[in-house]
Amino acid sequence: MSMPLLKAEAKAAASARSAPAAVIKLKTPTSGFSARILPALSAAAARVVPPLVTLALLLLVWEMLCNRPGATLPAPTKIWTEARDLIVEPFFVMGPQDIGLGWRVLTSLQRVAIGYGLAGVIGIALGTVIGQSVWAMRGLDPIFQVLRTISPLAWLPISLAAFRDSQPSAIFVILITSVWPIIINTAVGIRNIPQDYRNVALVLRLNPIEFFWKIMIPSAAPYIFTGLRIGIGLAWLAIVAAEMLTGGVGIGFFIWDAWNSSRIPDIVVALVYIGGVGFLLDRLVALTAGFVTRGTAAS
Amino acid sequence: MTPMSRPYLKIDHVDKTYARGTQTTEVLADITVAIDKGEFVSIIGHSGCGKSTLLNIVAGLTPVTAGAVLLENREVNDPGPDRAVVFQNHSLLPWLTVYDNVRLAVDKVFGATKSRAERHAWTMHNLELVQMAHAKDKRPMEISGGMKQRVGIARALAMEPKVLLLDEPFGALDALTRAHLQDSVMAIHAQLKNTVLMITHDVDEAVLLSDRIVMMTNGPAARIGEVLTVPLARPRRRLELAADPAYIKARQRVIEFLYARHRAPALQAAE
Repeated sequence: MSMPLLKAEAKAAASARSAPAAVIKLKTPTSGFSARILPALSAAAARVVPPLVTLALLLLVWEMLCNRPGATLPAPTKIWTEARDLIVEPFFVMGPQDIGLGWRVLTSLQRVAIGYGLAGVIGIALGTVIGQSVWAMRGLDPIFQVLRTISPLAWLPISLAAFRDSQPSAIFVILITSVWPIIINTAVGIRNIPQDYRNVALVLRLNPIEFFWKIMIPSAAPYIFTGLRIGIGLAWLAIVAAEMLTGGVGIGFFIWDAWNSSRIPDIVVALVYIGGVGFLLDRLVALTAGFVTRGTAAS
Repeated sequence: MTPMSRPYLKIDHVDKTYARGTQTTEVLADITVAIDKGEFVSIIGHSGCGKSTLLNIVAGLTPVTAGAVLLENREVNDPGPDRAVVFQNHSLLPWLTVYDNVRLAVDKVFGATKSRAERHAWTMHNLELVQMAHAKDKRPMEISGGMKQRVGIARALAMEPKVLLLDEPFGALDALTRAHLQDSVMAIHAQLKNTVLMITHDVDEAVLLSDRIVMMTNGPAARIGEVLTVPLARPRRRLELAADPAYIKARQRVIEFLYARHRAPALQAAE
């Protein structure tokens, strides 16, 4: 210790002796509840408030642009007054074609579930073949790269001609739209299985079925889920397109029907539904991926 | 070498060449090693001399170009649990727990011969052997590098292999952890009397653990340069050996081989 410091300390001690030390009350947490809940609340607010502000600003701009004579699109206030039943009551039934948007979304989701489920099974199976075999990859990959760029709408006439019925056609369009990213990502995942894991399987003499379930699927799971996540987005894009042309009770057909009877506010409400459901589907697959692939990251 | 007509494991005149287009590279030339049952043999050489290739050939993961590997007088060409490998980078499956990694091997090898309870007991027995039973429910990413290698050893031992193949098992570990694991391997070898073939580039490790050290020349076309029998009684203790004349002599012979007569190609080029 150096001399100046000692001097300073002595001075401080002297002043402390001359003046009685003031007692400072330390701030104690008043209750466990507010101490724990308040930070959590403020963290949640930090995430929720900015998008709400953005939304409010967007609505405001929209209102200003469309709430004047000669506007081609309805303003938010007009949508609220004209399509209120659709917004507040998603599950009403007033007749065979007059049902709430919740029901329509469920019908569409059913189709997506079948088409996307098939796409998942076929995509993972084909992706495994391509990832395992160099010749299968050389033979199939260029064709897949061409086919995957074709829009869902372009597949629809072919599909209708082949199946001659709207339900399987819609499912086929969903399948053909969402299967490509699942195939391609699975193939990449299988190709990237470390040689070490393959060696372990060889030493243990795992048979092909054991190898598939115990090594391939868990090792490629992060890649497969990337494909599944892109796939669900595409499937939801395709359903709307498919239903516009095939009819029925889905959300896509509702938009087409509303357009034909000039109910623009209804279309806007349907768009909000589609966006919301698409977001939820994406989150659902992401959550499943996080749950299933925990611990699969190589260490 | 021990004068024995029928060695337990025989690497018999093995050649290995890799063909890349029209170019062929000879990696191993005329390698012959005979290993007795219960013997601990190390193969030492500079990196790139093809010693890992040799181990992969014994494991059956790489095919030979000429020659053969004989285990109990029978030729072995494909990988199997009778020649269990402890891989350099542990190769535990990260989605399985420590227990499940070992259990996978136990189920595969003893699925037909042991009951469920016996397999569980055998899995736990092997984890206890490497002192890892306490971490049985952890995943590989939650344990240290030395612990992972212990589990890798437990997995290999659990297959009850005829030959245990160690591919630079301690190469990626820090010096203290490495010493711990070497002691564990010595203790296990003393207890189970397994036949071990170990690849290493660490002179002290080779002398400490082995009955014989096979020294390989530099590639391409690496050969066996010299075979040294380590005349040290077991059990060996690291501390006492440090001043043991036989230990120092053996160590010197290996160092002399590696650094005087067969220097690494990169070092020669630098001069």
